[in-house]
Amino acid sequence: MIRVFVEAVSLLGPGLAGWDEASAVLAGLRPYAPAPAVLTASPLLPPAERRRSVPTVRLAMAVGAEAMERAGRDPETVATVFASSSGDPDTLHTILETLASDEPEISPTRFHNSVHNAPAGYWSIATRSRQPSASLSSHDESFQAGLLEAVTQVATAGWTVALIAYDLPYPEPLNSVRPIAGAFGTALVLTPQPTGRSFARLDLTLDRTDMPATRMADAALEALRAGNPAGRALPLLGALARVASGDGAETVVLDLPPGSHLVLQVGPPC
Amino acid sequence: MSIVSSLGAGQDATLDALRTGRGGLKPCRFETVTLDTHIGEVAGLDGVRLPDRLAGYDCRNNRLAELALCQDGFDTAVAAARERYGAHRIGVLLGTSTSGILSAELAYRQRDKDTGALPSAFSFATTHSTGSLAEFVRVRLGLEGPAFVSSSACATTSKVFASAARMVAAGLCDAVVVGGADSLCLTTLYGFHSLELVSPTPCRPFDADRRGVSLGEGAGFALLERADPRPAPGTVHLLGAGESSDAHHMSTPHPEGLGARLAMERALTAAGLEPGDIDYVNLHGTATTYGDAAEDRAITGLFGTRTPVSSTKGYTGHTLGAAGIVEAIISVLTLRAGLIPGSPQTRTLDPALRSRYLQANETGRMDRVMTNSFGFGGSNSALVFGWAA
Repeated sequence: MIRVFVEAVSLLGPGLAGWDEASAVLAGLRPYAPAPAVLTASPLLPPAERRRSVPTVRLAMAVGAEAMERAGRDPETVATVFASSSGDPDTLHTILETLASDEPEISPTRFHNSVHNAPAGYWSIATRSRQPSASLSSHDESFQAGLLEAVTQVATAGWTVALIAYDLPYPEPLNSVRPIAGAFGTALVLTPQPTGRSFARLDLTLDRTDMPATRMADAALEALRAGNPAGRALPLLGALARVASGDGAETVVLDLPPGSHLVLQVGPPC
Repeated sequence: MSIVSSLGAGQDATLDALRTGRGGLKPCRFETVTLDTHIGEVAGLDGVRLPDRLAGYDCRNNRLAELALCQDGFDTAVAAARERYGAHRIGVLLGTSTSGILSAELAYRQRDKDTGALPSAFSFATTHSTGSLAEFVRVRLGLEGPAFVSSSACATTSKVFASAARMVAAGLCDAVVVGGADSLCLTTLYGFHSLELVSPTPCRPFDADRRGVSLGEGAGFALLERADPRPAPGTVHLLGAGESSDAHHMSTPHPEGLGARLAMERALTAAGLEPGDIDYVNLHGTATTYGDAAEDRAITGLFGTRTPVSSTKGYTGHTLGAAGIVEAIISVLTLRAGLIPGSPQTRTLDPALRSRYLQANETGRMDRVMTNSFGFGGSNSALVFGWAA
């Protein structure tokens, strides 16, 4: 079992505009009303990078910045783990279209925006953070991969880590072969020891017994969980919302194929 | 551990090339590409066949991985480890920058003229998807531990060593298959061309007349296990890993090499070593004007001007997401062989660079070597390997 503490959580998704507004929905206290998420370029970025930022960068930076602010942390001191099933979908589509044309010259900005770790690069520039940063991918289990990496960094290196997960739909024709439901991002700030800001603890075990993944009670939230790799975080966010509002500990199960699960005991920090 | 690059398949072919000065760069004839450049292409990938049950994963990148898995007894060594630890106790943490994107590039040429749809044979999840490499290798090796891809551009297959070491330290795995594969594609060839970073001649790291990178492809794997308290003679250990971010620019390194130096310092700290303990540094050294200058500043600032350094990208080309594992394995091979590799096309050292850059091979016993990998987004990683104490 690995124990880490949660200082802050954030999210941005359809009808889920930030933790203050969304936590009551996730805790099941208010009905969920989906509406398209609005992505804006981060004010933390210098003007040139702000102009060049693409949807994945906007989404990742928005949830990262919200979590850092809620934790009261200077991002310069925080390591980061970015998790997403893909590089920027719009950028990849445009590059693929260009390369298939008679004029396969792609723009340099588009090329550097196509790398999977583009959000990590923009984040480092915006926050002036030279801390280690990972950018991970594991198709539908990308959030789980990021959580494993973040938790092992906290537990073995003793770092404070921001886990930033995000996934966005592709334009056609890729959307038909790889449908992703909505734009959804979330971030968690994790520490090895409880701090004045800690509001929850996570006890993580890798389990091989047969148990179903935790689902969302609301059908529309469940569709977001099942349809967006970063949305796989929703059951954990729901448990964190309930713990934050004073409820007791609960267990969340996330799939980790083949045959494993991440079992998370989510409870008050002490 | 196993390795494949344009130098050939396997450790022996790689070491032989370094000993004899035989480079792998040739004029670019890849696909429909019309760029005037040299590339390090792996021969024979078109003839590599994945096992029938894994045919759905067929793409250039997974073929390259398959070729590497079959070298140097790697798949047999993993099978033995599987018996020892159990399939679920072995993780698979691999790096790639572009995975099987070549499959998507080809599929986009075959879109339906009326509907725009991609051809039905195109399988996104098993080829283009960034995570497909780890999934393919995990299934191919019959493993069931945590498996994911790290994609931090050209630092990524170096960074997986650090992730794997943490995974073992946390007790989530007993062993981890690390490494990865990055194969040639139009995206990176035209992408580096757009940045005016592609050299018309075979690349010349640290040369006064260097004119950019030669792109290449490569793959390699290593089985990382918890250190034996009584290691067998000749065992090589990962002594330390260091990671950092530049906080400077998306595609240009920090001019003073601050992020690079921080990664090297962190690797030394993790290993409990001083700069003077390192006998050779295998540089990132891509032969770009700014990149080599920044790394030289970082090296001379930390090590001074006496530690021998060189880049082996004049041999292999820049294998991008595979550079970390290709050069980690080259570093271990040179440690074992007592061979410090020179730099084939580097003729006139840039007088502005002050590192002790080796143009010709040197021989002698080494105890500890460092290898650097830096990537877009300002991602930096350094590894230290040495004889088990």
